[in-house]
Amino acid sequence: MADYTGALPQPTPESQPYWDGLKEHKLVLPYCPPCSAFHFYPRPFCPKPDCFNWEIEWRETSGKGKVHTYVISHLPIPPMQDAAPYVIAVVELDEGPRLMSNLIVDDPYDGKDLREHGSHWVDAPVEIVFDDVTDEVTLPKFRLV
Amino acid sequence: MDQIRHKVAIVGAAETDDLGNLPGMSRLALHAQSARNALDDAGLKLSDVDGLLCAGAIPNEVAEYLGIQPRYIDGTSVGGCSFMIHVRHAVAAIMAGYCDVALITHGESGRSGVDMGRGGSRQSPGAQYEAPFAIGGAPTTFSIPVLRHFHQYGTTKEHLAHIAAATRAWANLNPMAMMGSHRRSPDRGGGPITPEDVLNSRMICYPFNLLDCCVVADGGGALVLVSEERARDFAKPPVYVLGAGEANAHWMVSQMRDHTTADAYRISGEAAYKSAGLGPQDIEHCMFYDAFTFTPLMAAEDLGFVPKGEGGPFFAETTTGPDGETIYKSGPGGAFPMNTNGGGLSYCHTGMYGMFAIIESVRQLRGECGERQVEGISTSMAHGPGGMFASAGTLILGNE
Repeated sequence: MADYTGALPQPTPESQPYWDGLKEHKLVLPYCPPCSAFHFYPRPFCPKPDCFNWEIEWRETSGKGKVHTYVISHLPIPPMQDAAPYVIAVVELDEGPRLMSNLIVDDPYDGKDLREHGSHWVDAPVEIVFDDVTDEVTLPKFRLV
Repeated sequence: MDQIRHKVAIVGAAETDDLGNLPGMSRLALHAQSARNALDDAGLKLSDVDGLLCAGAIPNEVAEYLGIQPRYIDGTSVGGCSFMIHVRHAVAAIMAGYCDVALITHGESGRSGVDMGRGGSRQSPGAQYEAPFAIGGAPTTFSIPVLRHFHQYGTTKEHLAHIAAATRAWANLNPMAMMGSHRRSPDRGGGPITPEDVLNSRMICYPFNLLDCCVVADGGGALVLVSEERARDFAKPPVYVLGAGEANAHWMVSQMRDHTTADAYRISGEAAYKSAGLGPQDIEHCMFYDAFTFTPLMAAEDLGFVPKGEGGPFFAETTTGPDGETIYKSGPGGAFPMNTNGGGLSYCHTGMYGMFAIIESVRQLRGECGERQVEGISTSMAHGPGGMFASAGTLILGNE
């Protein structure tokens, strides 16, 4: 893990609980009690303009959702320089928020050529996989259910 | 809102002497050379300039580099549409008397990377929530909304491929276009392509093949604006700003509210139409920023030229010309002339292409475009995104 080549996030004080949660293999997100809503990405207030409440709570989510949209990258971007093609996906959590991630799947095209593939994985149900990429950082990734 | 209509005109518009691979020029030299060319086009001197607007460099840098001390500055830098927004801001500044001659400059060493230091905070939202997932610049992020549009509306890769082929057909009529027939070279390719060629080109990031992606270039461009009264005295016909809009909707593409609709396009477009007192039916020529084939499709839908979701079939419609040639909907001879310089796809794309879209609108409205001239037009729209559909700027220009 010492030679991990991918881009590593560096938390701010406001996002630290999110990254701490991932390290404990929990997807913990900010929650606004008046709105009964989670939000992503973490901010110390509710980002609904008609709310803007600063009394938010951190709550664990189910880690389940579906693929909202995605791409199949053939580019040698670290840490995937030897693993392309790979799927970059926006996942919509059952709790509502959407986040960028990777869909971990054996064959990104699922055996279909580019004219047949269409939007194959859109709306596929997924669940979180906690990827401990270094001793300090765990990334939220997803696999098909 | 309609008080800006016809009050300010573009009287100078030009690119750098060359576009493409220019390792001998820095980012700031590209700003300066395009400024010289646009001032020459207007018949003005650098000492006439008292307003400076730029992106990709801060006004402090450009003003010092040029040796001017402007009394109005605007460094709005929100990506490729920054220059549409600069035009809008220059209109307001000239009307308010903040400046008399506004110079807008663009220059990027997008290919050679001379003085293009990048980087940024590892603690930014983008660095924390997108970059760790092997994101590799625009091909992996501008592509993110596309498959949601495919899923929801049945849009296909074949539809998108028609936009690339149509745009290349325009490039073939433009001597400055990097991928056009005039500059075709064995190592670079170029010249006519079919939708089939697009589908068979190398895969970059599904759903984008190589020919769905813009070129990567060095270059610059600049504009000069003055009041409508003053514009009457210039040698070349003035191009009036009839309407303008701008907006911002999000920053990270994962946070786009609806991946099938660019909110910023809609908000910016509505403001432009309202200020011009015009609608899509009045626009005779379109320059829709095309970083990728999907980008102008979204513009055609969100600016009201085609109902939401119908952009794919709209652009894929073809007819046959007198000599049996294919005429694309948005190509030469087609019913919807768009990106007539050859676009970011085949003419030039430095990183913030919006400047070049505006320059082409000006040239078409002046009737300077030779083989690729769209005859008899009196209105043109130049529209673009900033970031991945994050911001937008829209101009409606006219020659009457």
